[in-house]
Amino acid sequence: MKLTGAEIFIECLKREGVKTVFALPGGVVLKIFDTLHQQKDVEVILTRHEQGAGHMAEGYAKATGKAGVCLVTSGPGMTNVITALADAYMDSVPLVCFSGQVPTNLIGNDAFQEADNVGLSRPCTKYNFLVKDVNDLAGTIKEAFHIATTGRPGPVLVDFPKDVSMAKAEFTYPNSVSIRGYNPTYDGNKWQIKQAAEAIMKAKKPILYVGGGVVFSAASQELLELAEMTQIPVDMTLMGLGAFPGEHPLSMGMLGMHGTYQANMAMHYSDLVIAIGARFDDRVTGKVSEFCPYAKIIHVDIDPTSIRKNIHVDIPIVGDCKTVLRELNHILRATVNGEQKDLRRPWWDQIQEWQQAHPLTYHQEKDGPIKPQQVVKRLYELTKDRDPIVSTDVGQHQMWAAQYFKLAKPNRWLTSGGLGTMGFGFPAAMGAQAAFRDRLVLCIAGDGSIQMNMQEMATAVVSKLPVKIIILNNGFHGMVRQWQDLFYEGRYASSYLDTTPDFVKLADAYGAVGFRVKKVGDLDGVLKEALSTDKPVIVDVPTYPYENCYPMIPAGGCNHEMILEDPPELKKKQSGSTKVTPEDKDTVLTA
Amino acid sequence: MEHIISVTVENKFGVLSRVAGLFSGRGFNIESLSVAPTLDPSMSQMTIVTSGDERIIEQIVKQLNKLIDVIKVVDLNETEFVSRETAIIKVHTKDQDRAEALRIVDIFRANVIDSTPTTYTIEVSGDPKKIEAIINLLQPLGIKDLVRTGRVAVAREPVRSTAAQAKKVARE
Ligand SMILES: Cc1cc2nc3c(=O)[nH]c(=O)nc-3n(C[C@H](O)[C@H](O)[C@H](O)COP(=O)(O)OP(=O)(O)OC[C@H]3O[C@@H](n4cnc5c(N)ncnc54)[C@H](O)[C@@H]3O)c2cc1C
Ligand SMILES: Cc1ncc(C[n+]2csc(CCOP(=O)(O)OP(=O)(O)O)c2C)c(N)n1
Ligand SMILES: [Mg+2]
Repeated sequence: MKLTGAEIFIECLKREGVKTVFALPGGVVLKIFDTLHQQKDVEVILTRHEQGAGHMAEGYAKATGKAGVCLVTSGPGMTNVITALADAYMDSVPLVCFSGQVPTNLIGNDAFQEADNVGLSRPCTKYNFLVKDVNDLAGTIKEAFHIATTGRPGPVLVDFPKDVSMAKAEFTYPNSVSIRGYNPTYDGNKWQIKQAAEAIMKAKKPILYVGGGVVFSAASQELLELAEMTQIPVDMTLMGLGAFPGEHPLSMGMLGMHGTYQANMAMHYSDLVIAIGARFDDRVTGKVSEFCPYAKIIHVDIDPTSIRKNIHVDIPIVGDCKTVLRELNHILRATVNGEQKDLRRPWWDQIQEWQQAHPLTYHQEKDGPIKPQQVVKRLYELTKDRDPIVSTDVGQHQMWAAQYFKLAKPNRWLTSGGLGTMGFGFPAAMGAQAAFRDRLVLCIAGDGSIQMNMQEMATAVVSKLPVKIIILNNGFHGMVRQWQDLFYEGRYASSYLDTTPDFVKLADAYGAVGFRVKKVGDLDGVLKEALSTDKPVIVDVPTYPYENCYPMIPAGGCNHEMILEDPPELKKKQSGSTKVTPEDKDTVLTA
Repeated sequence: MEHIISVTVENKFGVLSRVAGLFSGRGFNIESLSVAPTLDPSMSQMTIVTSGDERIIEQIVKQLNKLIDVIKVVDLNETEFVSRETAIIKVHTKDQDRAEALRIVDIFRANVIDSTPTTYTIEVSGDPKKIEAIINLLQPLGIKDLVRTGRVAVAREPVRSTAAQAKKVARE
């Protein structure tokens, strides 16, 4: 029997196991929406902005490990989703985005709402397709999912002209895909893995540096085995959080610009860095010429371009983390004995010394202003037994979440690392909630970032996605303010946000539930009440506006040279101030 | 250092812009690029002349390999190869210059492929030095138009793709 393009599209989604599509309609995709409307297998979540749809698909993908799917219309629908595609591209999130396109006979004519979708998305997708013939549709969709989810995952765009959605073709779904130019390497080179094992046996000061790749390849179990067997401590990137249990004694926490003291010191003084599924981002390397000066580097990555892009690598292993770690563990199991532990005792003592010398710290006065770290810490302690999924926006609150919310398992951490997209957190949390209706999904947000996709509260309420948003409301683009205090002599150029809107009323206006924490003593009570509400929630927590996030390695700085607390002049300036208004902010801070 | 990279790609629409976009997006040089279908019409052959240090060339090769429409990448500098470029040069020839033009054509084993009372159109092929040389000699006569194909090149012996070679090097 012949099916229309729109019907074929739905059949393909079903074959790919897609249960949810995040979407917003428009002229050229009406046929697709009309067809979706008449079936029950694939749920459509109507978003209020296409950027929201894109980030929801990302959240869905990160939480499930499967491709997220969004559907947008041509022209402005497409341009609106670009930020999410770019975000997914930077963070290697498997996404399949379907964009409407004007009918094939009008392409190139500057037709109404026409945009060059393939051209626009080329630099921010792993691959993209324009389907010109309905007979190619099923095969193209199969390839799109294959490319998005295999190798180094990433977003794929399928541009879907209106006439193709209406035309009919015989439906057959291919069982397999073969693309001659695309054959990701999963098995690491055996000889190289043996070299790595030998280096690990000999190392006196080894450190594991693990990233998002471990999460993508679901290799946490293998990583745990490796770390425990060899007693090597584990540094995680922002994207790798959850790949290794945050409370494990071998966990050093996050490394990099706002990483822990011990994580960064261990990298700097290590003699063997074992990088697994991490890409030596500049937030991690700092000054490249002084990065890990004493170390040999092993790098396991499925994408050859990640290897030696920024940093010289001694033992490159192209392959999938899980497969390579299995092989490596297999070799090590036969060779590891008590000797390595003795060999490394001084290293472990040194690391513990670092840990004790400069743990993460903040000071919460009993009646003082609420410290943002305190909020994250309590939120963590109150929810850890419920195995929550946590999303963040971008800024200081994101870094505090990374430092204080110690995730035990992978796929619970939704954050925008590579692109650093403010406005990511809330829709991403909704996407995860759509995948797991019964789980607790938290969004740790900033007062600036949350306003970038606030409109999705309507979606959350209507589609019953009871995400719990906790706004660390410092009245500032806090991360910008921090840099201004440290590097621009405290001139707050366009970083002050003031105290509007009233987030509690805003929640109410949308039909969600709003709470405000007025003083630190109320924190637990309000959080508990919010967490037991079964609707979408905003908890507005006014926090101390001048809190800075430490440790901090200034951009381009060296990893062992961290700023650990406010410099004295800054401390003096800020003592006694609890909140700012436009009138007193300059007097308080320039006094 | 200059490298000539031979890239076999899918012969379909948009591939050239993917390759060109890769070079511009990552700030790699393209000195010349030529492209045409191969014997198998489903594939095209690109010859890209680029330059950079060892690390950059390694990234260029890896990034090209990463493109889904790229089937094979060979950095020809790693093997022996022959390369050619063709130029078509239109020279303005006044009466007294016509004999001189023909003499230069002869020396370089070039061909006159068109002629009008006031012009000769000359085709020459060879390595870039030869082309530079003939251009230098023809310049005093007055070059009206000059088009060059960019280089095309081929390895002298069958070669594996460079990604495989890179892996072998790493193992040694
Ligand atoms: C405000 C802000 C501050 C930040 N501060 C920090 C900081 O202090 N510390 C920090 O670490 N980051 C920080 N980041 C994030 C940083 O910008 C990068 O996004 C992050 O460091 C990259 O993490 P990653 O190396 O794990 O790579 P990812 O982007 O997660 O990439 C994963 C790597 O694994 C590979 N891979 C994928 N799948 C597989 C597989 N199956 N097998 C093997 N390999 C695979 C990929 O090819 C890639 O190389 C910050 C971001 C922001 C916005
Ligand atoms: C879309 C976008 N625009 C601008 C930036 C630059 N930027 C990074 S952090 C930040 C401030 C974020 O403020 P807020 O959400 O309140 O978080 P805070 O740092 O105060 O915790 C800005 C403007 C960005 N990352 N993303
Ligand atoms: Mg803020």
